[in-house]
Amino acid sequence: MTSITADLGPIIESGFFTSSPVHVGLIVGGIVAVVSAAVGTFTIIRGQSFAGHALSDIGTAGGSAALLAGVPTLYGFVAMNLAAAGTMELIGIRRPRGRDLATGIVLGASLGLAALFLYLDTTYSNTTGATVNVLFGSIFTISGSTVPVIAVLGVAALTAMVVLYRPLLLSSVSYELAAARGVPVRLVGIGYLAALAIAVSLSAVTIGAILSTALLIGPAATALRLTKRAGTAIAVAAIIGVVATWLGILLAYDTAAWSGQGQGWPVSFCIVAVVFAFYLAVSLSTRHRPSAITTPSAVIADMTH
Amino acid sequence: MFANFMINAWEAATIVAVVAGIVGFFTVLRGSAFAAHALPNGAFAGAAGASLIGVSALVGLGVFSLAGALTIAGLGRRARNDVATALTIVLMLGLGDLFLSRTTEYAPEIYSLLFGEVLGVSGNEIGPTVAIGAVCALAVFVLYRPLLLSSIAPEVAEARGIRARRMDLFFLLVIALTTTMAVPVVGALLIFSLLIGPPAAARAFTSKPLTAMALSVAIALITVWAAIAISFLSNLPVGFFVGTFGALDYVGGRGWTAWRQKRRSGTTEAPGATEARSAIAVG
Repeated sequence: MTSITADLGPIIESGFFTSSPVHVGLIVGGIVAVVSAAVGTFTIIRGQSFAGHALSDIGTAGGSAALLAGVPTLYGFVAMNLAAAGTMELIGIRRPRGRDLATGIVLGASLGLAALFLYLDTTYSNTTGATVNVLFGSIFTISGSTVPVIAVLGVAALTAMVVLYRPLLLSSVSYELAAARGVPVRLVGIGYLAALAIAVSLSAVTIGAILSTALLIGPAATALRLTKRAGTAIAVAAIIGVVATWLGILLAYDTAAWSGQGQGWPVSFCIVAVVFAFYLAVSLSTRHRPSAITTPSAVIADMTH
Repeated sequence: MFANFMINAWEAATIVAVVAGIVGFFTVLRGSAFAAHALPNGAFAGAAGASLIGVSALVGLGVFSLAGALTIAGLGRRARNDVATALTIVLMLGLGDLFLSRTTEYAPEIYSLLFGEVLGVSGNEIGPTVAIGAVCALAVFVLYRPLLLSSIAPEVAEARGIRARRMDLFFLLVIALTTTMAVPVVGALLIFSLLIGPPAAARAFTSKPLTAMALSVAIALITVWAAIAISFLSNLPVGFFVGTFGALDYVGGRGWTAWRQKRRSGTTEAPGATEARSAIAVG
């Protein structure tokens, strides 16, 4: 082991494997990447990237309200996001243009609330860094004690995805066909949005709003260029997400060590850069336009075999 | 409320509302809400980068929002638009995070770029706002017909030689310019709310494109004036009122549509039918 560590010396700076923030970062980042991959694959198939991103911003209203009330920000995020997801579904327009507009309206109103709460935070409770903390977060500042909560929420979102998998896949590809086959499409849609709300809250609070969208969309979009099968895509996306997160953490740690005074590149930027590099590499090497999961019959064939 | 130091705020907000009403009509019509959120929100990275190398924030915002528009269009050639937009905003925010880590004095600035500090607009910011706003409005009116046709009936537009991709890129650049104009004076949230709330309401009241655009400008003006007045009186952030009123605009429009459909049940046209007809007529 010592010789391997010595060989990797130039690539992995000393102390990487013994640093406690790095340990927590690797574990939490791994959990979040896997959950994001499972939920994100469907976000892309269903064309709900805007909702997926919007929830990470919408949650800041809940997070800043929680700061004001003195409860953990995670609870504020989850409550706000579940309410917002419910509202989006309630407005529920099935044409994509109308749905994006509904998402935008909920986002605008929520950001208005966030503006109010953040203002009150800085005015009354003297938490000056609130804006930056809630918006950006850092994977290195998570305390070890939140890991169990994160794991429980992650398992909840994954369980929902396993339960919903088949009806969700069918109704994502063909709403009419799923409805005709007796799938409760509306209920499945609500269940999915709830899973998305939990997954996004989880990642936005632990690793920041930027990374939340990066891990939700990036790996899944990359995977769906490589395979047309939803199940395989989820697995590939999970691997890409975990690898990108860990490489990003390593890069952030190394740049801090190289620069001497701990002035490295921020970890969120590093992970985003790796995720984006993966996407570009795969996107440029696969010539065809993504046809992803195209025909309902392919899905049904996929499900019955 | 109309004291000297408030004059700049009223002027800036009025210009922004007029341009947002015009550009927003097409934002809603084309379903570009995500881009209208992504460009203003991501462009703050440009302002952060500009302060780092010591150029004006306006230049940084301009460069970043135009680069963002080009990135969305470029990625959009190989992926669906929403995925391209999501990846672009993530990249822009990631760069913003990198730039912010190099300075220590930027936190209050972020709040004002995101949520707006319209009361702090200075006199010399009005000139660029007017100039860029005029370019946006002019661009929309010059390409009004092809843009309208490709927004409503893309197939008809293609058949007449109007390339959908080119119109997409053109409109993304218009949103980028609108961002550059609005973010320094009113913030990302405010311009986003004004780009979608008032036009969505306006479209519920009329299906004639030009009337809807005029109505959208009127609603945007009322929304932003009311928000500033109440913000001034209550001492609460203006972003809160614009966000709330923008959503109320939309709710009002939806309510009106529902009420009208109830009155003459069954015989209503599909939404956009008249728009399509008049677009094809003028195109």
